[in-house]
Amino acid sequence: MKYLITLLFTLLTITQINAQDATAILNKVDDNINSNTSITKSDMIIYGRRNQRTVTSVGYSEGKNKSFSEYLAPARERGTKMLKLEDNLWIYSPSTDRTIQLSGHMLKQSLMGSDLSYEDMMENRKLTEMYDAKVIGEETIDERKTWILQLNAKVDDATYDSRKVWIDTERYVPLREELFAKSGQLLKRTELKDVKRIDGRWYPTKMNYKDMLKDGKGTDFVVLEIEFDVEIPAYIFSKGALKR
Amino acid sequence: MKLAFHLAYKNLMGAGLRTWLNAGVLSFAFIVIIFYNGLIDGWNEQAKIDAIHWEYGHGHLLNENYDPYDPFSIQDGYGELSESNQNNLTPILIRQGNIYPSGRMMSIKIKGIAANQKTLCLPTHLLNDSSAAIPVIIGERMAESAKVSTGDELLLRWRDKNGTYDAATVTVAGVFETNVPFVDGGQIWMSIVKLREMTLLENKTTYFVANEQFKQTETPGWKFETQEYLMREQTKLINAKKVGGSILYVVLMMLGLLAIFDTQVLSIFRRQKEIGTYIALGMTRWQVVRMFTVEGAMYSVFATIIGAIYGIPILWYLSVKGIGFGMSGSEFGIILAERMYPIYGIGLIVGTIIIVILSATIVSFLPARKIARMDPVEALKGKVQ
Repeated sequence: MKYLITLLFTLLTITQINAQDATAILNKVDDNINSNTSITKSDMIIYGRRNQRTVTSVGYSEGKNKSFSEYLAPARERGTKMLKLEDNLWIYSPSTDRTIQLSGHMLKQSLMGSDLSYEDMMENRKLTEMYDAKVIGEETIDERKTWILQLNAKVDDATYDSRKVWIDTERYVPLREELFAKSGQLLKRTELKDVKRIDGRWYPTKMNYKDMLKDGKGTDFVVLEIEFDVEIPAYIFSKGALKR
Repeated sequence: MKLAFHLAYKNLMGAGLRTWLNAGVLSFAFIVIIFYNGLIDGWNEQAKIDAIHWEYGHGHLLNENYDPYDPFSIQDGYGELSESNQNNLTPILIRQGNIYPSGRMMSIKIKGIAANQKTLCLPTHLLNDSSAAIPVIIGERMAESAKVSTGDELLLRWRDKNGTYDAATVTVAGVFETNVPFVDGGQIWMSIVKLREMTLLENKTTYFVANEQFKQTETPGWKFETQEYLMREQTKLINAKKVGGSILYVVLMMLGLLAIFDTQVLSIFRRQKEIGTYIALGMTRWQVVRMFTVEGAMYSVFATIIGAIYGIPILWYLSVKGIGFGMSGSEFGIILAERMYPIYGIGLIVGTIIIVILSATIVSFLPARKIARMDPVEALKGKVQ
């Protein structure tokens, strides 16, 4: 959860845009959201056709390239661990006592049945390195005034050809993001809500991630506890931590 | 020898029902062996023909980075082959993608193929005939799992060569029926020109399918797999089925042969006076042994005749009408038609006859050896030895 929000926010930095405003907005978002390290306990609520299930996890992250998650509940997922280092992702499953590295085709698989795929977690580059941004308008979301930023890919290998991000004009927090295919087809939408003041930062504690091509309500992420800039032992970000 | 055959025939005919029961049981085993092997051979032949027509052609020329058994290799397993080396080859490009039928997400392979190809039975001409922006053809199992039919539209999502997502609506231009699951489930077929354009993989190909005229030459960066090599898994499966089936007919043969063995033991026990008389009339012991052995072996000859009488019409009927299983092998990932047509080769029939006759001769000989140890005087008196 923490990783996803951080990913979303930290990527919104220094942008080569014609409107100076867009750069300033993204910088402020970055300042507000980014921290060196964080520990987050969160619930991931996955909505199915007839039921829903909640997966609780604790996540440790350091910068954009290192993250470690351990699943705490339900019993079926308990003990499953995930480690991301740069472009590599490993998953440890306690039922098989095996660690596997996900790559290629497997990264396209759904993360625990959610609307998120593993590869959604793998993007390390800053948005500003990949996109040209400009402010294209304003809109009110949940009684909060936002700027709408249009991001168009300036590199060939951006996962999404364009994005739209809605940024709170006072708190500098993204409240919505939409991801588009090259054809202009809307692929994914992220809604961020329940923005709270935590350790001097405005931080959204609820996020809904929705694959727009699929039916359903998407996947919710709810922050239960979060700590910023805490010391995390180095061994956490090692493969050895997966089997501990 | 002629006398032995004559006497054996007379004795067997005289035994009446006992003879026909033994021969009947043996004939059943005989027919089952032929039927089962014929069924397996029919499956083998049908699978081979289907696989060649729908998937293998006369071999595959694969990019060296592509391994059909490794889905991870799809991403980078493609290359470019010079136009001059593409004679008698049909190019196929494979990419991964997702379709969203009725709001569900399905991971699929997108296969691009030359729409005017004639090497495979895939109805790729439908791709040319369609006026849709992106026409696709799919197999009926794919259509069933995605719950779509001809004319339906599907949202397709894929990534170009750089990894950027793209999405568009594709139209099902046709649904084909095939026994080959490897060209049906979990995939859609479209024009390779369109797929190359969509993925920015100009002139790139994952593998080529060779036609009859293709002459294999050394092509750097590409590896050729022959028909036989491509068929190896199916061949292994069929051979395994043959071995498994042999247990069935070993059991059946044992039943038939046990009946002959018992009959022989009983005959020798009850016909001691007759044996003594033969020897008294000048036959050697081994001539008598031979006569009894011929008698036992003759059961198998009768079994062959009885089997032919009722077996030929049944086996012929099944080979013409086929046997329906009510399900296709595609559901199990094997090439298996819903109706199978057994094939009975001369080799199979003659081989089975020889096996049955030889086995019956051996089990007839085993109890008859006892005659060689009999005292002819005691035998003549009919005393139990």
